[in-house]
Amino acid sequence: MPFKMIKIIVEDRGGDVQELEIPEGINLNLMETLKAFEYDMRATCGGMALCADCHCKVVDGGDNLPGPEEAELITLDTRPDATATSRLACQLRVNENINGLRIKIMGYE
Amino acid sequence: MEQIITDICIIGAGPVGLFAVFEAGLLKMRCHLIDVLPQVGGQLSEIYPQKPIYDIPGYPVVNAQELVDNLMEQIAPFKPGFTLGERVDELQKLDDGSFFIRTSDGTEVRARAVAIAGGLGCFEPRKPLIDNLEKFEGRGVAYMVKNPELFRDKRIVISGGGDSALDWTIFLADVAKEVTLVHRGDTFRGAPDSAEKVFELAKLAKINLILQSQVTAIQGDERHLKEVIITNKDNERLIADADYFIPLFGLTPKLGPIAEWNLNIDRSAIEVNTFDYSTNVEGIYAIGDINTYPGKLKLILCGFHEAALMAQSAFKYVYPDQKLSFKYTTVYGVNAF
Repeated sequence: MPFKMIKIIVEDRGGDVQELEIPEGINLNLMETLKAFEYDMRATCGGMALCADCHCKVVDGGDNLPGPEEAELITLDTRPDATATSRLACQLRVNENINGLRIKIMGYE
Repeated sequence: MEQIITDICIIGAGPVGLFAVFEAGLLKMRCHLIDVLPQVGGQLSEIYPQKPIYDIPGYPVVNAQELVDNLMEQIAPFKPGFTLGERVDELQKLDDGSFFIRTSDGTEVRARAVAIAGGLGCFEPRKPLIDNLEKFEGRGVAYMVKNPELFRDKRIVISGGGDSALDWTIFLADVAKEVTLVHRGDTFRGAPDSAEKVFELAKLAKINLILQSQVTAIQGDERHLKEVIITNKDNERLIADADYFIPLFGLTPKLGPIAEWNLNIDRSAIEVNTFDYSTNVEGIYAIGDINTYPGKLKLILCGFHEAALMAQSAFKYVYPDQKLSFKYTTVYGVNAF
């Protein structure tokens, strides 16, 4: 059976907007997925919710996202530009919960 | 200050830079390491000291800081020198083929070869996006507290919600004339003891605690910072008199001065020849996460391998007249300096 495709809309740091179609069974987190789609994603800590390089803002469609865990919140606190809609892409799994999500990738700073 | 003389100057004291001391030491080359962080270990100690690592050969699992401690023990026989908490600002090749290195604090090193093991670059303070911030650096804006006496009897605004923001707020409450802590959230997730202490100090009016707010602008005259503008979640603005503004948002790596050393750089990484991990400048090598080549994998494991090949090549550069004979540690052991 073919994989279901998850669709998300991504705005990069330069303001370009693109819709991505990701097979649900890709078994990556959103940071790794964005990297695979060749977005500039440094990810110093490699996905441990420790560096905040993959800081994104949820613009729309975030109703089904599981809430952030403590480690993610602690790291987000180190980002001066974080807001209530901020998430770390490395802590979001690519699955049905993110279908229809629209995010904006924030800078490293 | 006296110049430090060494065979190989290693820029970056992360796991790969540390192991390079061992590989160089086996070939009787002395090393001096320089790192911008105040401690050795690079990302391992700075970002994830308590995280387990599963892909170091021979260790089914090893804690990141434990790996760093073990590497320090492993290289101890070769008596490396360390300059920590200083950034390499200048790297020059001299006419005789050796290198001159100068740090941000003026430390000078003369080395016969250089190995850049700089990871993702220099860890530097993460700066909030505020106009004029850089204009007031050194004139009221500071990203760390190097000398607390500087803040005695001054009015300080600290911004941030992590451990260092809490710790310095508590410390400076006794030193400064007035301390204001501004935090975006309404709770602190760092060490609960420190958070409790900060709330207590606020209750006793020993500090000002402004929650759900951010510093959005700073103002001053030509000479010094004078005011900090704080905006709350309802967009209401408050102006606070301030002699110093200390944003504490942790550290983030930046390539920094490495970009200015005439090395071939591709997307913030130094291009190397995989024969010996040499750069386009003879005598300068780049190993670990800082380098790039076809098939590059950013693994500590790969950096260790790169360090071994680098040392063999550096030996020929450092001692062009000597013959290098490859020896196993199992046969010859580790001959300390």
